[in-house]
Amino acid sequence: MRKKPLKRKTRETIVAWTFMSIWAVGFLAFTMIPIFTSLYYSLSDVILSGEGIIVTFNGFDNYAQVFSSAEGFNFLRSVLDFGIEILFKVPIITVFAIIIAVLLNQKIKGRGFFRAIYFLPVIIASGPVINQLINQGAATIPIVEELGFIQMINDTFSEGLARPIANIFSELIVILWFSGVQILLFIAALQKIDKATYEAAMIDGAGVWESFWKITIPSLTNMVLVSVVFTIINLATFSENEAIQHIKNNMFALETGFGFSSAIAWLYFVVLAVILGVFFLLFRLFTKDRGRR
Amino acid sequence: MKKFSKTKVRHFLVGKSFNDGFIGKMSVYLLLIIIGFIYLFPLIKMFAYSIKDLEDLVNPTVQWIPTKLYFENYRISFVVLNYGYTLLFSLLVTLVPALLQTITTSLVGYALAKFKIRLKVVVFGVILLTYLLPVQVYMIPRYVLFDNFGILETAWAIILPAIFGQGLSSAIFILIFYQFFRMQPKALDESAEIDGANAFQTFMKIGVPLAIPAYLTAFLFSFVWYWNETYISSLFIGSDLYTLQLKLFNFTSQFNMTQGLSQQALNEAIRYSATILIILPVLVVYIIMQKWFVEGIDRTGLTGE
Repeated sequence: MRKKPLKRKTRETIVAWTFMSIWAVGFLAFTMIPIFTSLYYSLSDVILSGEGIIVTFNGFDNYAQVFSSAEGFNFLRSVLDFGIEILFKVPIITVFAIIIAVLLNQKIKGRGFFRAIYFLPVIIASGPVINQLINQGAATIPIVEELGFIQMINDTFSEGLARPIANIFSELIVILWFSGVQILLFIAALQKIDKATYEAAMIDGAGVWESFWKITIPSLTNMVLVSVVFTIINLATFSENEAIQHIKNNMFALETGFGFSSAIAWLYFVVLAVILGVFFLLFRLFTKDRGRR
Repeated sequence: MKKFSKTKVRHFLVGKSFNDGFIGKMSVYLLLIIIGFIYLFPLIKMFAYSIKDLEDLVNPTVQWIPTKLYFENYRISFVVLNYGYTLLFSLLVTLVPALLQTITTSLVGYALAKFKIRLKVVVFGVILLTYLLPVQVYMIPRYVLFDNFGILETAWAIILPAIFGQGLSSAIFILIFYQFFRMQPKALDESAEIDGANAFQTFMKIGVPLAIPAYLTAFLFSFVWYWNETYISSLFIGSDLYTLQLKLFNFTSQFNMTQGLSQQALNEAIRYSATILIILPVLVVYIIMQKWFVEGIDRTGLTGE
């Protein structure tokens, strides 16, 4: 009997997987298996010894330790701080990015130049560089400190809130530095708006102000979603973030180690997922509401 | 003969809509310049301070323009950072992984864009997952694995994941290539196939040459992100082989180690000059290739093309 030729789709699948083989092997070895190993570590007591590492399953001991030890509280505290930071930083970054995008979308000369300026921080903002700028006091506008803003914040808010808010003011400019990519995203969205929509609105008697709120802002809705997700992930994995510093520092700490570190890494991921989930829900509710009106 | 009617003047100043008129345009420029200045304020301050000598530093009347050009800070930073050697090592763990990661992710992007694959949704799901899952979740087993391989504290610890497309932000690069290859006309591939080219030949002869802009964009972003990365490299490369970024992070101790016995005390001018030396390589690349960075974002598909 003659051998039946393979179906085209099967053949293509084989070719495609050949192209993806290097990546697939890497994904299994360096990502997939480590993900499960990490989950196992988080449920184990991991001891480093001369002969290698000894892993003993111990259930949820590590997770219990997070909620009962001083080190665990430090971590939870930094996660809480991060949550509060996000509440302030995400709106600041998003609004700033929209304003700059709208300005850059006008018919002006030197648009390329200005775009390059506003994107510049993305290129140079590494953890140590930002760190130096903050520590040397170059991350804020001098006026903020001269007018005693920070003192005012410390006086007004409770201690837990005052610290993150004061941080935001003393790092105001470098916070804006995290909006480079988002600005470009919003510009792309703005350029997709049909010019005819504005003309139609103008004929109907809408002014610039009304057009902005009734046409420009609504057509940015979807991009706000993309931009906020990007911002949250970007901030969550930024190397100066205290929460992820805890994960690294605990790896080699005497009383904690790999097991505990894995556990807080997973907790951190769960918190992130919840933050993103809540945001998605709010976003859904908000846009659905708009659609009905 | 010109006539200045009231409407003409009004149109000149205010325009028919907000952005045509003189006043509207000027306010846009003004806002962009003022905000741009505030935005770049840390950089400007850094440059101004880095060329100040001690006298200028303590003199409150000297704010922005130092009384003289003073490069001693740079000389000290150069020595503290061991700039020549560290730069070479930093480039090794930046350029090599960037290049390899670009090649591997382009293969994946090509496969996803050009072929009908069973379970394509699953592959995309997995790629999206690797973007959303923070590296902290799986870095500890990776650390153990690399320890077993004996490649911790060598450049391999950074290069190896990049070869296999598991480096920094690999998922984003796969999506860039997917978007780009998908836009190429299918007819070209078909004609190559009719001429007897196999899939790999089609990729090399048609896919790659037409996707040079995507390659350049992916490579540049990869380069910059590897350059700025410190979290993973501090864990995997460790304390023996410092990159420039890590030396900046530990600048105080580095300074004490190399300059501890000299008269010079560590001051902010020296710190700023070191920071500038760190950002200089990427800054130069950005100034030359600026267009590729800015337009690259449109190619990620994040913008919903």
